[in-house]
Amino acid sequence: MASKATGRWLVLAVPYLWLLALFLVPFLIVFKISLSQDAIAQPPYFPTFDLAEGWAAFKEAFAELSFENYGYVLSWDNEFIEAYGSSLWIAGISTLLLLLVGYPIAYGMARAPKSLRPTLLMLVILPFWTSFLIRVYAWIGILSPEGLLNQLLFALGIINRDAPLQILNTDTAVYIGIVYSYLPFMILPLYAALEKMDETLLEAAADLGCPPFAAFWKITWPLSLPGVFAGCLLCFIPAVGEFVIPDLLGGSDTLMIGKVLWTEFSVNRSWTVSSAVAVLLLLVLVIPIVFYQNLQAREVERR
Amino acid sequence: MRKGLSWFNVTSIALGFAFLYIPIVLLVIYSFNASRMVTVWAGFSTHWYWQLFQNQQLLDAAWVTLRVAFLTATVATVLGTLAAITLTRYGRFTGRTLFSGMVYAPLVMPEVITGLSLLLLFVAVDIDRGFWTITLAHITFTLCFVSVVVQSRLVTFDRSLEEAALDLGCPPFKTFFVVTLPIILPAVISGWMLAFTLSLDDLVIASFTTGPGATTLPMRIYSQVRLGVTPEINAACTILIAIVTVVVIVVSIMTKRQEIERQKAERLAAAG
Repeated sequence: MASKATGRWLVLAVPYLWLLALFLVPFLIVFKISLSQDAIAQPPYFPTFDLAEGWAAFKEAFAELSFENYGYVLSWDNEFIEAYGSSLWIAGISTLLLLLVGYPIAYGMARAPKSLRPTLLMLVILPFWTSFLIRVYAWIGILSPEGLLNQLLFALGIINRDAPLQILNTDTAVYIGIVYSYLPFMILPLYAALEKMDETLLEAAADLGCPPFAAFWKITWPLSLPGVFAGCLLCFIPAVGEFVIPDLLGGSDTLMIGKVLWTEFSVNRSWTVSSAVAVLLLLVLVIPIVFYQNLQAREVERR
Repeated sequence: MRKGLSWFNVTSIALGFAFLYIPIVLLVIYSFNASRMVTVWAGFSTHWYWQLFQNQQLLDAAWVTLRVAFLTATVATVLGTLAAITLTRYGRFTGRTLFSGMVYAPLVMPEVITGLSLLLLFVAVDIDRGFWTITLAHITFTLCFVSVVVQSRLVTFDRSLEEAALDLGCPPFKTFFVVTLPIILPAVISGWMLAFTLSLDDLVIASFTTGPGATTLPMRIYSQVRLGVTPEINAACTILIAIVTVVVIVVSIMTKRQEIERQKAERLAAAG
């Protein structure tokens, strides 16, 4: 059955090779360029490896690689370290807010009548299908000084027209933007965990005289923890590298590493420094990413 | 124990959906505003929609985006389904950890890293950047999403159906198309749609991997948004929202109907 084995091998090889070539190899290239130096040339860095030039040239090029860019990025004189710190901070606070906002919604959905649940689920997913950029953009019109929120507050007599709330171009706007855009990613895993829960456990607790709030902490919360972890990681990891939200809603002092990487690349045109920034960002995120992968793999295998 | 919804659950759902939908609804309403001032209502008008259809740059960008998204979704669905089959059916094989890592990592990978790394690859192999490089980049990150969606269907799938076909002498290739594919088809279709909308939506990866002559709609919208809110962009966004909403609702009704028919068939089979 040679053809059967070949077919089996092809099914595996095609996506495998694709991901090797377009996911893994690019990372190795980023790593290599992070060890190179900027040059005014095409491509704008050196050394370049050209196998046609022979082994000696290859060795020579290899010797020119250095960790110089890392020293530059990790020096306190530049604002990169601050940017990493503030990205982790903003992503962390946003994730906490997402959990606080998302948990009651997921809980309410999981306790809704069975016939209603698919509709509620679709209503949560629907905004996710509409463009991310559009959803962020929608908040500019709401939060700007002459925006709809300020007009509403003025009409209600809460604020003075001369002193509108300054929300757009601050960190607050970034938090709102992240919570709004990532909310479906938080709700879906929470809902999946809460919906599977056996409600008779809560009835048993109530029968034995456990007050509802204590029953929540002792039964519902621990059982929903896989959903909590999955939701938090699914929001936290991409939020750290977020670029569009801080760029459109944040102010000039909002420091996030995704934006710094972009600026370094497209304004300062330093490919080598932006590669070093990317490698370090990946190092910061590798623990949560591996944790998330294990969680996913276990989830698939358990079913 | 009280059954049904408590006031707490109703309030949290209501507030949650208000938060999710009010910004989008406001955006749609203000696309029909007669005034150029986005925040001042000056009566109903479809002026900005007419304006939009005369904006050649925007229309060109939309055409590029649609072609990229269509190609991306089709190739990513094939590759993602193959990856899903490998991960659910092949058991342990050498390099499995690396493979599953490469399938799950792009789901959470910050877009700036994916974009930068793909750009550097395209520069290193020296190919002209533009339509094709955007498409290659989009296939790579969307195939992982397709694979996760299809996997979740494959693991709940009754394998005895496939085994029966194989026992009766049906070749594996044919078994896949006659038995497996029809059953997992709803998941494959939603995988295709997910890939399509992700590609339609992507700004960061496309900006990194594009070249002269290939500007996608999000890139065009982004460069205009940076200059401020305009009713024209509101109108463009409203059209996009309308298309996506209609497609999602139609597909979900379709899959629901298919699910009901499948259950009916299963009941009949069990009774017969």
